[in-house]
Amino acid sequence: MKHLMILLWPAVWLVLGTDAPVLADDIADAHSRMIRTVKAMAQITPIAGKKHPISIKVLAAMGQVKRHKFVPRVRRSLAYENRPLPIGHGQTISQPYMVALMTDLLELEKGDTVFEMGTGSGYQAAVLAALGVRVQTVEIIKDLADEAKARLRELNYSHVTVRWADGYYGDPENAPFDGIIITAAASHIPPPLIAQLKPGGRMIIPVGPKFMAQQLVLVSKASDGKVTTRRLLPVAFVPVTRTRKP
Amino acid sequence: MLLAAVFVLSAAAIACEILLMRLFSIVAWHHFAYMIISLALLGYGISGSIIAFAREWLLRRFRLVIATCCAGFTLLTVASFALAQILPFNPLEIYWDMAQLAWLAAIYLCLALPFLCAATAIGLALSQAGQGVGKVYFADLLGAGTGAPAIIAAMFWLPPEQCLKLVAAAGLVAAALILLRKPRRVMPAIGVLLVGIALALPWPAPWLEPRISPYKGLPQTLALPGMALVADRPSPLGHVSVVEAREVPLRHAPGLSLAATMPIPDQVGLFIDGDALTAITRFDGDTAPLAFLDQQIAALPYHLLVAPEVLVLGAGGGADVLRALYHGAKRVDAVELNSRIAELVRGRYGDFSGNLYDRPEVQLHVAEARAFLAHSRKQYDLIQISLLDSFAAAAAGLYALNESTLYTVEAIAAMLRRLKPAGLISITRWLKNPPRDNVRLFATAVAALKAQGVKRPGKRLALIRSWDTVTLLVANDPIPAEAIGRVRAFADRRGFDPVFFDGISDAEVNKRNVLARPFLYEAAVALLGPEAAAFTKAYAYDISPTTDDRPYFFHTLKLGQLKTILSATGPGRATLIEWGYVVLWATLAQAVIASVLLILLPLKTLSRAPAAGGARLRTLIYFAALGFGFLFLEIAFMQRFTLYLGHPLYAVAVVLSAFLIFAGAGSRTSAWLAARLGAVFSLRLAVAALIALALAYLALFPALPATAVGAGVAWLRVLFAVALIAPLAFAMGFPFPLGLAALDARAAHLVPWAWGINGCASVISAALATLLAIEFGFTTVVLAAAGFYVVAAMTFRGGAVPPPSIRIWETTKLPRLLSRFW
Repeated sequence: MKHLMILLWPAVWLVLGTDAPVLADDIADAHSRMIRTVKAMAQITPIAGKKHPISIKVLAAMGQVKRHKFVPRVRRSLAYENRPLPIGHGQTISQPYMVALMTDLLELEKGDTVFEMGTGSGYQAAVLAALGVRVQTVEIIKDLADEAKARLRELNYSHVTVRWADGYYGDPENAPFDGIIITAAASHIPPPLIAQLKPGGRMIIPVGPKFMAQQLVLVSKASDGKVTTRRLLPVAFVPVTRTRKP
Repeated sequence: MLLAAVFVLSAAAIACEILLMRLFSIVAWHHFAYMIISLALLGYGISGSIIAFAREWLLRRFRLVIATCCAGFTLLTVASFALAQILPFNPLEIYWDMAQLAWLAAIYLCLALPFLCAATAIGLALSQAGQGVGKVYFADLLGAGTGAPAIIAAMFWLPPEQCLKLVAAAGLVAAALILLRKPRRVMPAIGVLLVGIALALPWPAPWLEPRISPYKGLPQTLALPGMALVADRPSPLGHVSVVEAREVPLRHAPGLSLAATMPIPDQVGLFIDGDALTAITRFDGDTAPLAFLDQQIAALPYHLLVAPEVLVLGAGGGADVLRALYHGAKRVDAVELNSRIAELVRGRYGDFSGNLYDRPEVQLHVAEARAFLAHSRKQYDLIQISLLDSFAAAAAGLYALNESTLYTVEAIAAMLRRLKPAGLISITRWLKNPPRDNVRLFATAVAALKAQGVKRPGKRLALIRSWDTVTLLVANDPIPAEAIGRVRAFADRRGFDPVFFDGISDAEVNKRNVLARPFLYEAAVALLGPEAAAFTKAYAYDISPTTDDRPYFFHTLKLGQLKTILSATGPGRATLIEWGYVVLWATLAQAVIASVLLILLPLKTLSRAPAAGGARLRTLIYFAALGFGFLFLEIAFMQRFTLYLGHPLYAVAVVLSAFLIFAGAGSRTSAWLAARLGAVFSLRLAVAALIALALAYLALFPALPATAVGAGVAWLRVLFAVALIAPLAFAMGFPFPLGLAALDARAAHLVPWAWGINGCASVISAALATLLAIEFGFTTVVLAAAGFYVVAAMTFRGGAVPPPSIRIWETTKLPRLLSRFW
């Protein structure tokens, strides 16, 4: 019997441990610890071979947004861990470091407008709003769109507009955008969204399977309209140590 | 009736194994299915321990226990799958959440139960058989040899959850057969059957329907508004789910130019095992709405050819065929392995697809690509292969375990032979970052060209890429400068990057879709230069050309580089690893740990009984060596025969059955031969024969696919394969029953332990054989198997079987003469 209890322990822990009440102080602690982790991770993670510290304003924005409000109740105790979490409907809330990195790579200024395809929990949109950016975000899964809309309204993110829609054609009424984020997987980057990017604007797309979307594609549109993509792998690794020029 | 019951139960057990593998490939991912089922098979090892602990008690209630086990198998086959599905295991979260490991362990335990029941019944039957063990083992192998093809056939017609009920019902038949011993027992037997059926079959359908992981492509698509799952087509080659998009279009167009502005026509999605997507595109005979097909990277070869004759390998929903028609192809041969997909395009979506596969210029072949290439006599201007695997799975390295005989030096050589002068092979693949398989494909093409005697392969290769796809052209003749100009123009207009062709310069590469460095270009130049070997060695991933002997194209992880990868910092580290390969090691490690426990546990009980000196150690070595040897040979030859038979399913069905049935026949004969020649000599004869045959086949195989034996005639090839397997398998059937009979005579209490050891060794060897094949090739696996059989022969001491008594042998003195050499 004793052995059986040991076997069952992880299950018991998962059910009981995660629903335990969390105190406000604990939350604040966990939150600032998360910001420190993100900062530390940025210090050891080169992007395209170079160090890429997260800017202070992005870290400040992340410090303002209460991630536990965007995480399902049963996962709240993990809300400030630096990891992705499931939010239902086969969707996830991204790892905080990746949210910070994506936000940072968009190089936004206060007052800029951003289009987001795939609202999910609304966390990314909230972080952008905390930066002083206007966000048009669309979510194709109705339940998620409704939840995110209610959540962002409750938390007073008035700069974010959530719509339940197919994001493929973007938002021609509010276009062009300074930044675009595509978090919903597709077989290709929607060309209409490229068209809705301002010259000088940037688009960011996490790629890879859920929970492991650790590569980014950064699309930039030059002032002459020329489009360039960049595959960013946030890891210190070079596949070949020595190459010869032809 | 006992033998009949063993036969049925054994058939049901192997069917259950194949079926659960299929079900978990649909629910989760193939490599996890592999790990889960491998470990569940440790139920065989557990049964050995249980019988060893309670042998006397169980033997006294022999028939009752076996009948209970059969009934238990019935109940648990369905119940454990239903339960395993409810457990909240999410394989994708293992990286983040250790609690997932507990759920994983719970799934193993759950699924081990039906195998434990079946194995306990069969193990007990073997323990009780004494010198008649050969007959029981024969029934066991014959059952397995019948069950495997039977379930594969059933999977064509019934959805997997229905098949599961069928398998469960077979357990009841076995239970009834056991109870049928005497006429007066007819009523209880019928009673068991009826009660069992009443309990096992009316399970609510939703409990058994595969609950696909919400993170796989099918549920992700179905979550979108207006998506409707309109049909399911069961197939052992991959369960096909049909999704119609009634509101939001599907828009499946991988490798599409960022500059493409035209709309994508309506599409119907075909998901294979709930993930890999191939789309049927609406087509009414007017090619104008198909303009997007020319904006995908795979359209490149059409800009170098005029009215080509095209061969599409892996035609799926038909995008590549449509592309050929859009570009005015004169004739298209479309090869698709999964007949269910072909049926859907031709039948239900015939009108929708413009009867694509029935157009006069298109001919559909339901066949495996390599087999088609080997047996076709036609010549083509273009052979095209595009994105056969799903992006997510490729990105995570989930295909690392999969053999792929489509991307080997031999395969490309076979394609080149089917090309007309100036013809092209066009292969489109996902771009991995950092590049691995893309570099390897280039290296494989270079090796294939060099093998054809081409002095300057660089003149026949062209490579371009988008941000996430790569297209390689391999030409039968040097690509003229004018054609290179068209490659440049194609890439320019669509925003793709030239990577390599004759005369390319540094300044042209890595401009629009930027990688940290122009890795692919550097690799291509290096692989064509004098320093190719040094570059291959220095590259962090294994990019050496793949061959038929080591066809693990997707496995590029170098063990020596593992430390570097693990010490790399940053969250992107996970993308450097191949999860399929990690899972294989994890399976092996878990199987070894569990096996050591299962083998050591009963020793305490066993040591109380008297045993001849060293009997336990010898038993351990002998039966472990047999477990390894048998599976190593079976797995290695299964792979080689797959290539020859030209269809993975026929190969599994034919090779597995032939191996099991002829090994069964060998087992049946073993006692007879041992009675005449002595157990020791019989065993050595069998081992010598099987090693000689295995080595001979090894030498024969490279020549097999090209030879005329059965060329184009499937049943002749099957017959030839069976004829080759028969003597080998027959010899392989000897050692196990001879060992058990000898053990029964010397130390009968060790028999169940031996059964458990064999079970554990089988599980370990399945993982180990794959690892060996991945690292060293199939030749090594066969040689290792020969080594194991030699070890077994050296350990064998025989039993209380009468000495040799056939005069003719005695007079020639051959046996004793030969035995001196062993």
